[in-house]
Amino acid sequence: MLEFQILLPSIVNGLTLGAVYALVALGLTLIYGVLHIINFAHGSLLMAALYAAFFAHAGLGLDPYLAMPLLAAAFFVVGYALQRWVIGKASHGKDQNVLLVTLGISIAIENLALYLFRADTRTIETPISYEMLDLGIALVPYPRAIGFAAALGIAALLWWTIERTDLGRAIRAVAKERQGAKLVGIDVDHVFALSFGIGTAVLGAAACLLLPSFYVSPSVGNVFVLVAFTVVVLGGMGSFTGALVGGLAIGVTESVGGLFLGQQLGQLGIFVIFIALLLFRPTGLFGSRLA
Amino acid sequence: MSALLSVQDLVAGYGPAPVLHGATLDVAAGEIVALLGSNGAGKSTFNNNVCGLYRAWAGRVSFGDDDITASDPARIVARGLIQVPEGRRVFPNLSVRENLLLGAYRRGHANRARNFEHVLETFPRLRERLAQAAGTLSGGEQQMLAIGRGLMAEPRLLILDEPSLGLSPLLVEEMFALIERLNKEGLAVLLVEQNVVQSLAIAHRAYVMENGRIVLSGQARTLADDPALRKAYLGM
Repeated sequence: MLEFQILLPSIVNGLTLGAVYALVALGLTLIYGVLHIINFAHGSLLMAALYAAFFAHAGLGLDPYLAMPLLAAAFFVVGYALQRWVIGKASHGKDQNVLLVTLGISIAIENLALYLFRADTRTIETPISYEMLDLGIALVPYPRAIGFAAALGIAALLWWTIERTDLGRAIRAVAKERQGAKLVGIDVDHVFALSFGIGTAVLGAAACLLLPSFYVSPSVGNVFVLVAFTVVVLGGMGSFTGALVGGLAIGVTESVGGLFLGQQLGQLGIFVIFIALLLFRPTGLFGSRLA
Repeated sequence: MSALLSVQDLVAGYGPAPVLHGATLDVAAGEIVALLGSNGAGKSTFNNNVCGLYRAWAGRVSFGDDDITASDPARIVARGLIQVPEGRRVFPNLSVRENLLLGAYRRGHANRARNFEHVLETFPRLRERLAQAAGTLSGGEQQMLAIGRGLMAEPRLLILDEPSLGLSPLLVEEMFALIERLNKEGLAVLLVEQNVVQSLAIAHRAYVMENGRIVLSGQARTLADDPALRKAYLGM
């Protein structure tokens, strides 16, 4: 019989994992919601961000949490430039081109990482790596607790930006009515690139939250991107709330699934949910907000 | 009187063949000018090229003292040439309030709160719908919203593309009265319409476009009595 004392920590653990999933998925869903493109490069960009965080720590001695704003800014620029001068230019307005271009970018980044850093798995140790936060019901490693809180904080900031600022309104306007947007003077290409930039800036932040409790290798993006796609589909393509709730739900599913089925099969539950969802509720839990 | 908007020999199109074969038109400050013509005459092509949505093939568009022929829409909006497009093009997923606020995205930002109030006074109906998504409004309300959004940018010239399209006769009447009122408050209007009779009734001057060419132009009152026009558009 399963003890409650084991289940509860497992759920808490899942929530901390899920918050980071949610963050990665938020970037993906934002880009999908506005540009209507599925960004296959999302995972490899996260991987690149993890390496950036790793080398900032290993080379410059920069604590990942301190590096977070820096990396978010740097990856914003990367994302903006990618969309504005590579993806947007190469797409010629065709969705299938975008798919191929983002897929190509992901292959290029991944192999470049393989070439430069080889397939080694690397981890870092921070002063708090082995510290535990005692919640009473569960012991949570500090990096996980910080990741959870920061992920929710960033999600809130993102929500506020999208819902309450002129930029956010412009992003939502462009998502649905490009011609109308041009006629109020919105520079549509600029807003597209901004959206893509925000989506990748989130990855820069997510990488800094992940690294202290995770590892980095050239294929690490795949671990997350598959889950992030599941989260996005679960929550509803383009839905902000959906990505958040979906991310937490998937994190808990994985963690509790791992408890029942063993660590190796923890992700099984995620994909069972994914397939069931596609069969019975393809629009996801929250329909579509941005799109 | 110097022209506010001056379009000379505009040639434009989408594919290999031009739609506009050299259209010339001007609007002075304070005027209502009607651009009339049947469906497919090239009116919307004319608008969209003037507003920078497409790049004209040849010709020259100037607004105020600026040549805006090759400008992008954002820059044209910034100068105060605002188009309320055919089909309204409101942001369906945004609330009425947000649609209006976005009207001042590029221009009129400083007076946004004041203009917002002014628009709601002009269209009291929108006030009741502020929190509602624009996509759920009726056609007439969407038209009001589209015009209100245009007014938020403090236009120096407002181009209205088919504002009466799809409205009930009563609402059409209301719409034309409104345009006249906005003009009395000093706003220059280029009214692009199929509705010849009502447009001529409020316009100072008018142009008639056929197959991408201006075939007739003059004082609205004179044109209203023009036998050729009456025959072509009114069947009289």
